[in-house]
Amino acid sequence: MKLNELTAHELHEKLVGKEVSATEITKTVYERIDAVEGKVNSYVTLTREQAIAQANEIDHRIKNGETVTPLMGIPIAIKDNMCTDGVKTTCSSKMLADFVSPYNATVMNKLNTAGTVMIGKTNLDEFAMGGSTETSYFGTTHNPWDLERVPGGSSGGSAAAIAADEAIISLGSDTGGSIRQPASFCGIVGLKPTYGRVSRYGLVAFASSLDQIGPITKDVTDAALVMNAISGHDAMDSTSANVDVPDFTKALIPDVKGMKIGVPKEYLGEGVDQEVADNIQQSIKQFEAMGAKCEEISLPNTEYAVSVYYIIAPAEASSNLARFDGVRYTYRAEDANDLMELYCKSRSQGFGPEVKRRIMIGTYALSSGYYDAYYKKAQQVRTLIKQDFEKAFETYDVILSPTSPSAAFKIGEKASDPLSMYLSDICTIPVNLAGIPSISIPGGYNAAGMPIGIQLMGKAFDENTILRAAYAFEQNIKDTLKRAPLKG
Amino acid sequence: MEYGIVIGLEVHAELKTKSKIFCGCSNEFGGQPNTHVCPICLGMPGVLPVLNKSVLEFAMKAGMAINCEISRYSKFDRKNYFYPDLPKAYQISQFDLPICKDGYIDIDVEGETKRIRVNRIHMEEDAGKLVHTEGYGSSAVDVNRCGVPLIEIVSEADMRSPQEAYEYLTKLKSILEYTEVSDCKMQEGSLRCDANISLRPKGQEEFGIRAELKNMNSFKGVLKGLEYEVKRQTEILESGGEVVQETRRWDDEKGVTSSMRGKEEAHDYRYFPDPDLVPIEVDEEWIQRIKDELPELPDVRKKRLIEEDGLPEYDAGVITASKGLAVFYDECMKGYHNSKVVSNWIMGELSMYLNENNMEIDECKIAPAQLAEMLKLIDNGTISGKIAKTVFAEMFASGKDPEVIIKEKGLVQISDEGELAKIVEEVIANNPKSVEDYHNGKEKAVGFLVGQIMKATRGKANPALVNKLLKEKM
Ligand SMILES: [Zn+2]
Repeated sequence: MKLNELTAHELHEKLVGKEVSATEITKTVYERIDAVEGKVNSYVTLTREQAIAQANEIDHRIKNGETVTPLMGIPIAIKDNMCTDGVKTTCSSKMLADFVSPYNATVMNKLNTAGTVMIGKTNLDEFAMGGSTETSYFGTTHNPWDLERVPGGSSGGSAAAIAADEAIISLGSDTGGSIRQPASFCGIVGLKPTYGRVSRYGLVAFASSLDQIGPITKDVTDAALVMNAISGHDAMDSTSANVDVPDFTKALIPDVKGMKIGVPKEYLGEGVDQEVADNIQQSIKQFEAMGAKCEEISLPNTEYAVSVYYIIAPAEASSNLARFDGVRYTYRAEDANDLMELYCKSRSQGFGPEVKRRIMIGTYALSSGYYDAYYKKAQQVRTLIKQDFEKAFETYDVILSPTSPSAAFKIGEKASDPLSMYLSDICTIPVNLAGIPSISIPGGYNAAGMPIGIQLMGKAFDENTILRAAYAFEQNIKDTLKRAPLKG
Repeated sequence: MEYGIVIGLEVHAELKTKSKIFCGCSNEFGGQPNTHVCPICLGMPGVLPVLNKSVLEFAMKAGMAINCEISRYSKFDRKNYFYPDLPKAYQISQFDLPICKDGYIDIDVEGETKRIRVNRIHMEEDAGKLVHTEGYGSSAVDVNRCGVPLIEIVSEADMRSPQEAYEYLTKLKSILEYTEVSDCKMQEGSLRCDANISLRPKGQEEFGIRAELKNMNSFKGVLKGLEYEVKRQTEILESGGEVVQETRRWDDEKGVTSSMRGKEEAHDYRYFPDPDLVPIEVDEEWIQRIKDELPELPDVRKKRLIEEDGLPEYDAGVITASKGLAVFYDECMKGYHNSKVVSNWIMGELSMYLNENNMEIDECKIAPAQLAEMLKLIDNGTISGKIAKTVFAEMFASGKDPEVIIKEKGLVQISDEGELAKIVEEVIANNPKSVEDYHNGKEKAVGFLVGQIMKATRGKANPALVNKLLKEKM
């Protein structure tokens, strides 16, 4: 296998054994990018020179006898909504097409400390609003398993980069499923941590009470390694939790004997593809074969989750995105005659249709006279959804469901039907509303050969239990897992 | 028909914490445009606010001094509106759960104490400001002030005259100064006041239609703006018209208010809880700690000056209204015994010079101990009370010690009887007409002769001695 096809922990072994250098790894990754990026379009910006320099420096440090830490010299792709000092942060929007952040997101500082090598900034749905990466100003990203299909979204670029071996590890952000759904569409691993586990400082906000940064990786072990690097309390983020951070790799034990797994019936109802439902039944059998106990459960308020989400997220977004007004660093309309025109034209021209749609929904939901009926009511139902989970976790260690009702769909298939696009988030949204952690791992493949993901949800700040279940499952089906068939 | 006046005030005070409310930038006034800034107060993509604890403590302190209840649980909300001086396009403020509520301030109205209720005090961040440059067809934005911490103090509509509003504002300013939470300089904008004012027929319970008044940039401006509004609204009502609910702008130069925007143009701010900030929870221990830090407040200090120092109520009121004056007074009393004399000098010469030079007491060069020293020099006859005024003027200008000034300018009083006698004899000899007038019973002639002696001594003659010698020699 080529170096770029390996996982972070495999490359780490080779770096420790001095079999390869960080520079060689980085160069191999760029060779792959040169070969396939034209077809996939994972990246908005590539940082080749900076990356080679970073890798050289790492090699120098290793040569000088520095201990090689787990992510040292590992190429990473960063979703282009995380601020990187001196490198463009576009959010895949015309509005920020030329924006260069003057500061680093906290996760970037942490990754620099860990010694990762940033390969580039990856494509996303504009301002992370979407589930297919089709709303990007910089063009659609293509699924490495089938270039005519979407990679999922909004972290579609990060997921495609990993599936196409254009990076070893990556970061995504997840507001309603934006890490997990693309991971499942691309046949890899995506973890949305507990809200507050990872600092949001420097993540361009979409919906502040839901957004969370997390890893998208080739396997569960790499996800745990990235979690070790990016987690922890940050004085710059009031909502980051001041709780102990465990060593996530300690959870990587292939043993689920006695684990109680709940399978909510609401996640397997109407609208879920038969092949996806079948895959869950098969997964249940596998877990049971490993000694876990699976039972059907009910999370009765699930049916309201999509409605609640599509009030709260746009409401917060309408306020978060108001700063993009043409006055400072954003796109500015040329032909404005006064202030009001400057605002209206800059925002009309700078934002794409999906972003505008959500800003309008959110503005409406917060308007005087509607606030109580929409935003306030949505917050109350959000509490009920959270309580559903809390109740379930009194009995169960993990909750298992599909990550998405279907495998990756065709590009353009849902682009003109926002409602059907919104409904495809049904399995992932409740997790964000409840603030709990959840991981998507490959569960199998449909008849067309596209990956199907399974989702494991856990208690708040108990990522370790889902990591353990995910690791055990992954080890169990390891031999059946495939690679994306994309040729260079 | 006679009308009753109903006034409520909304006062914004900048808190003088070291750093801004949600970032580490300096909170100092002024500075070159856009120098006290960072990604956070610039509202760059991805930044998050973190509450500066001192802001919360300053707000609690102000609340306690205004007799408010401190909320054990409060939160921040976003107030959404577009304006180029507001980089995030929302202001972080407190909407329905403010940090302080239900307080009051007692004011003096014609010798009676009147209680003005305070509805709430909330914390918020200030916006930047626009600098309009002539001729460029554009405006520049200075965001130094973005994120400067503010408290907004909202009174009930309890004031019944512009004068009461003026008294309330004066008292509020003195409380904020005493607690050292704000500089309260209206010219620099660290204290800003908006007013609601309406009229209603005497005897009617229900409030009339109100106008909101903005842009009153001084205490006098508040008084004049409200007085103008009373006149304007009275005229409307008397001619059978109806007052329009609107926001009006006070023009200090023209002395009139004019319509800024009507009720229908009012913004929908789309308030909602700021998801980037966690709710504020304050426990009893914390509240007690802040309470223990509270200094002596104006009312208590005034009582002390009356009861312990024996000052007349009026003097005590004037001196304690300004924390600076009160501290000056207390310090001066450490070096001098007579409170009324100290109070006379503070309310007289000192206040006069401060007003003339448009200065605050903290900018004054005279140290309280220097004034005490000067008063002792009067008592021991080194200088006369009249000369003292000259000495004081020089002290105010240079900050020099009174002894130094007296020495440099040769202002020591002539109390030597022999020396003075010669001058008296000379003056008598040169003014036979006045001496004759005196002997003919014209007391006024003495005044003229004293004047001549003072002229000859350049004011340094000991007045008592001059009088005595003059009468003896004639
Ligand atoms: Zn700042």
